Amino acid sequence: MRKIISMAVAIAAGLGLAGAAATGALAAEKLKVAWVYIGPVGDFGWTYQHDQGRKAVEKEFGDKVETTYVENVPEGPDAERVIEQLARAGNKLIFTTSFGYMEPTLKVAKRNPKVFFEHATGYKRDKNVSTYNSKFHEGRYILGQIAAKTSKTGTIGYIASFPIPEVISGINALMLGAQSVNPDIKVKIVWANSWFDPAKEADAAKALIDQGADVISQHTDSPAAMQAAEQRGVKAFGQASDMINFGPHAQLTSIVDNWAPYYIERVKEVMDGTWKSTDTWSGMKDGEVVMAPYTNMPDDVKAFAQATEAKIKSGELNPFKGPIYDQSGKLVVKEGDVLPDKDILSMNWYVKGIDDKVPGK
Amino acid sequence: MPLRLERQENVSGLRLALAPLLALVFTLIVGAIMFVVLGHDPIRAFGIYFVGPLLDPYTLQELVVKAGPLLMIGTGLAFCYRANRWNIGAEGQYVAGAVVGSWLALVTHGTDAGPWVLPAMLVMGALGGALWGLIPAFLRVRFGSSEILTSLMLVYVAQLGLDYLVRGPWKDPDGFNFPQSVTFDANAVMPLLMDEGRLHGGIILALVAVVVATFVLGRTLVGYSIEIGGSAPRAAAFAGFDERRVTYGVFAVSGALAGLAGIIEVAGPIGNLQPSISPGYGFTAIIAAMLGRLHPVGIVVASLVLALTYIGGEAAQISMRLPFDVTRVFQGTLLIAILAADVMVRYRVRRVEGTSHA
Repeated sequence: MRKIISMAVAIAAGLGLAGAAATGALAAEKLKVAWVYIGPVGDFGWTYQHDQGRKAVEKEFGDKVETTYVENVPEGPDAERVIEQLARAGNKLIFTTSFGYMEPTLKVAKRNPKVFFEHATGYKRDKNVSTYNSKFHEGRYILGQIAAKTSKTGTIGYIASFPIPEVISGINALMLGAQSVNPDIKVKIVWANSWFDPAKEADAAKALIDQGADVISQHTDSPAAMQAAEQRGVKAFGQASDMINFGPHAQLTSIVDNWAPYYIERVKEVMDGTWKSTDTWSGMKDGEVVMAPYTNMPDDVKAFAQATEAKIKSGELNPFKGPIYDQSGKLVVKEGDVLPDKDILSMNWYVKGIDDKVPGK
Repeated sequence: MPLRLERQENVSGLRLALAPLLALVFTLIVGAIMFVVLGHDPIRAFGIYFVGPLLDPYTLQELVVKAGPLLMIGTGLAFCYRANRWNIGAEGQYVAGAVVGSWLALVTHGTDAGPWVLPAMLVMGALGGALWGLIPAFLRVRFGSSEILTSLMLVYVAQLGLDYLVRGPWKDPDGFNFPQSVTFDANAVMPLLMDEGRLHGGIILALVAVVVATFVLGRTLVGYSIEIGGSAPRAAAFAGFDERRVTYGVFAVSGALAGLAGIIEVAGPIGNLQPSISPGYGFTAIIAAMLGRLHPVGIVVASLVLALTYIGGEAAQISMRLPFDVTRVFQGTLLIAILAADVMVRYRVRRVEGTSHA
């Protein structure tokens, strides 16, 4: 019995290797591009949108590229192995799409100087490591305005993930947008301490609704909160992708991450040999942050939101334009000034009116 | 006609050794069916999954890097489980060890403190893990509370404590408020064993732990008192073994090894403190301990097999686009098959005759 098994294993190994070698030879001229995902491709949020970007790359370049991905990769020691395996599998351009992949990406990049790496949402770069992110806070300012115009209770619920600057600046942008409509508006925040945990996200949404919030906003990746809002008959904003199918009566709009233009551009640069290490932070103007159709709201609110969207695109309106006060009432951004990008990217304080404490501060 | 499971005495060693093999064959059959249903060639899939990682020197190293913490924690858990103490919180002890050991790396950061830092970190990591493990032991001895619950709940306490530290006082001041500590200095990281790859000194410590544990559990009075305390507590009491001391002892050992694994991982492959420093090693090690039949050498084999399912799973995702869930299904099937094979070897099914016959 043992002998048979070991023979079978040996044959399996031989066939497996032969198969791998054959595909390797065929793929010699294709550019191999890989993605590393924090969640499942079916999360209908963050990872889903990155995978849409990957598919757009496939569509754009056809048989000139070969794409691959690894999903559900935990941040931490496993990430380095996955990224290294992708580099060793012959991928020439690797996108790592979660903040916690920053150090592993840099370590693998040092060992593989001929491979180009792109790390989403991080801040450390190298000769062959670029970083990229989107100005999601631009969209959140519009959400704040819509929420303030829609809410009857004057309370917006916010499901936050981790207290990192991107999330804090999102909460602040939403609050500033809301205050521009109703200075007395309240925001209630629940920290899920996870990017993707549908059960927890749904619980958080229900808790917020129980506490009087009638518009739910989220910075977590699943549509669970949208579904909870739909069930309870309140309104909600989608996150990362258009979640209208999960909340046909609940969704007001959604901030859609459109990574396709960036991914196509970077792949093209590698093909042309013009790829350079850069730091890209694009927003609405560049088509990277897109608002899903404005639904389930009166026409005047819709027109108001569209006007704000146009102003942000033209540069007339900046969500972090002064005067902005912090929670203690101190003037942080003077009238007419705009908060510099580096301060938004390291934001660790709330604007006036938010009744919460930044965790860990 | 009711069936009854009957325990068999004097099961031969050969049958016991064959049981896991049988389970593996069963898992491969289930796997083959799954691959066919998913539309893949099962032979090619098995090649990529189970054989490919064993042929490449790089992935072989990675296999050991991944199995290292599993076998170290699993060996510690064998002490607990043999004594019938159910420590489910190795993940928390791992985190506690990592935090306590890292404290030294952070206070000596940038001071050029010398080569004693890493050894001291390892000792502190083991102590931190042991102390964290002693809490459920104390609660059990003093108040009779279930160590299953308390040790599990302390996992979340440890994780949230780490979370607080890396977002608060231990945050890298130049890190744009992102939640992680500074990168450890060279005198606070595990030495690498090879020029290329990530194989580090931690695996040597893990193997030392396995050898010592094999000796202690198999050849000493301490090992005997653990075994007897677990299988026949009343007999152990008559023999004069102190139940409380066993409880404290096994939790301290198991916590220390988990804590050591934690600080090794942080000082090794990770290199600084982050909110997430474990892909569930403390929980996967429970499976490794059970699959290895609570014997340190068995746990080494089980850890390597588990590591192989992870690494093979990633290879299959990369080259065949098999979903991640396949890895999970594999691990689950293997576990159920081994437990089932175990029952079939140790017990036999007997039909219990109805009342009409004498």
